[in-house]
Amino acid sequence: MIKKLTLSALAAFGLTTGGAIAAGAYDSHIEDFDFSFEGPFGTYDVNQLQRGLQVYTEICASCHGLKFVPLRTIGDEGGPGLPEEQVIEYAKQFEVFDADLDDFREAVPTDHFPASALENAPDLSLMAKARAGFHGPYGLGINQFFKGIGGPEYIASLLTGYTGEEKEQAGTTFYENTAFPGGWISMAPPLYGEDVDFADGHDNDLHHIAEDVSAFLMWTAEPKLGARKQAGFAGVLFLTLLSVLLYLTNKRLWAPVKGKEH
Amino acid sequence: MGGIPHDHYEPKSNSEKWLHRRLPVVGLMYDTLMIPTPKNLNWMWIWGIVLTFCLALQIITGIVLAMHYTPHVDSAFASVEHIMRNVNGGYMLRYMHQNGASLFFVAVYAHIFRGLYYGSYKAPREITWIIGMLIYLLMMGTAFMGYVLPWGQMSFWGATVITGLFGAIPFVGESLQTLLLGGPAVDNATLNRFFSLHYLFPFVIAGLVIIHIWAFHTTGNNNPTGVEVRRTSKEDAEKDTLPFWPYFVIKDLFALAVILLVFFAIVGFMPNYLGHPDNYIEANPLSTPAHIVPEWYFLPFYAILRAFTSDVWVVIIAETLTGGIIDAKFFGVLAMFGAIAVMALAPWLDTSSVRSGRYRPMFKWWFWLLVVDFFVLMWLGAMPAEEPYATFSLIASAYWFAYFLVILPLLGVIEKPMTPPATIQEDFEAHYPAKTDGGSPAVNPAE
Repeated sequence: MIKKLTLSALAAFGLTTGGAIAAGAYDSHIEDFDFSFEGPFGTYDVNQLQRGLQVYTEICASCHGLKFVPLRTIGDEGGPGLPEEQVIEYAKQFEVFDADLDDFREAVPTDHFPASALENAPDLSLMAKARAGFHGPYGLGINQFFKGIGGPEYIASLLTGYTGEEKEQAGTTFYENTAFPGGWISMAPPLYGEDVDFADGHDNDLHHIAEDVSAFLMWTAEPKLGARKQAGFAGVLFLTLLSVLLYLTNKRLWAPVKGKEH
Repeated sequence: MGGIPHDHYEPKSNSEKWLHRRLPVVGLMYDTLMIPTPKNLNWMWIWGIVLTFCLALQIITGIVLAMHYTPHVDSAFASVEHIMRNVNGGYMLRYMHQNGASLFFVAVYAHIFRGLYYGSYKAPREITWIIGMLIYLLMMGTAFMGYVLPWGQMSFWGATVITGLFGAIPFVGESLQTLLLGGPAVDNATLNRFFSLHYLFPFVIAGLVIIHIWAFHTTGNNNPTGVEVRRTSKEDAEKDTLPFWPYFVIKDLFALAVILLVFFAIVGFMPNYLGHPDNYIEANPLSTPAHIVPEWYFLPFYAILRAFTSDVWVVIIAETLTGGIIDAKFFGVLAMFGAIAVMALAPWLDTSSVRSGRYRPMFKWWFWLLVVDFFVLMWLGAMPAEEPYATFSLIASAYWFAYFLVILPLLGVIEKPMTPPATIQEDFEAHYPAKTDGGSPAVNPAE
């Protein structure tokens, strides 16, 4: 039974991806973007998150969803930080199904972002944590230790990694992409550069837009990153102090036993 | 309780005497806390406290997580995201619980290898060792089922692969697997029973921990020399030992603080480093991940499981002799559980008259090779099942078994051990020469 299930799963998987993923074919090229939220003290750049939200809303959202992200959180401190009225206004553009009304209605901030509009467009809520841009070497995880796991770098590299080549396979068009494992992806190039105009006048070439929306998707995947790092920092600081005090206590306690002056 | 002679709790006031006659709970706590402990214990004797802390951490964070988690295939993944986004401090609880499992296994491996080096498993501590191995097995079961609960891709496919192992058992395998899964495949019934058992096992572990502590409080701690504390009189015992409180409590707490410092750095700054990105994709029975890899702490035994393929001569012999009942898959399962079983049998496989590896010149080399072997197996477990990794896995697995089944029994015969010091006091004073009387200093640790 399990074997059958596994086989059919493999077959289904092979069909949907058009054999694009050859086992172990991780020869993709991932650029190491320099994001503001990297390192122990890195935080999200509010302006960048707002730009990324705009890119997501105007482009990605036509196919993809963010079903785990509550709309209200775009007003959160440490996130895009939109004022309350703007959050309410932003929510109104989406329609959600209300089980109580048994009908669709305008979304309010307490609703979540809609799920993906297309069945084969994956939900993007956690995409930045569900992909690893960096591997190895030799399966040792050293690159991930120094560069991070590389989820947002993977997304940005994917968005900028189209070569322009196309091929038809079993009635589906595939696009060559240097970041995608296997090299051929079924998503058409979503960004070309100058796809959106930013209110803050920020550069809107392909590289910058890809970077901004990747940062935004890192936030949707890990909205509590700032608070977590603060807690970690407080913990490390407190435990350093505690370790020093306990070290001195221990030294003094044992000094007479070890025949030392104290 | 038997054990090393020492001062026992004496109730002083009338109310203390009243309670002590009816329930000697204060006496029990006093005797446990003031247990005479060999004063030459080194820094490898801190892992017990770390492990106790881990169990408490996992139970406390786990109980709170269970308040917000939904064990249903339709909502499990979303409820974990609810914890990460909406529950106050939920992201911290969840990351601490997730990485707490890793800390737990770091500590348990250090604890086990400490025992293997210093011969802590040898008589009269066999029961302590066996209970410890049972705790370790339960830890693995708990961790495995816990990893299924977030219902990500690795949760689902890991569960499918590992429960499939039980299906490899001849005759009863398929029924056993169905019972384990609650159906023909990993589904809602599996998730529900795993959640229930994941909540239950830690309390069974806690019970076994109490027995583990009871057992070694009866025999006394082992120590780096492997020489027993003198029990001839209280005075002799006091020359070899110090009370657990405050000497070892403070020492262990210092070590715990340093270890937690590293732990909080990981939780705060790189909480997903030890995890697998695929587990942030919701479980999908129709899509198999490119590589199904268990968590790092299972990798050494996963490598042993995969090492014995159908073209290995021992597997061919076993298959021929049993008329196909033991096939490659079942052989792998036997090897994996056997790898832990031989470790549990170490007390009877080690024939040396000297307990501590410190005084065993040949043993040392083989022991450190076993440590290297363990890490090599861990690395191989994460590699794809192809050459050259398959051959490496076979060699590394063979050494694991050879160490316990051949080397340990033989070394006792062919090795010429050095002479350990006569007493713990002698060892201690070799490091810290006493200034005047040479005896134990006048200390009153209760104050």
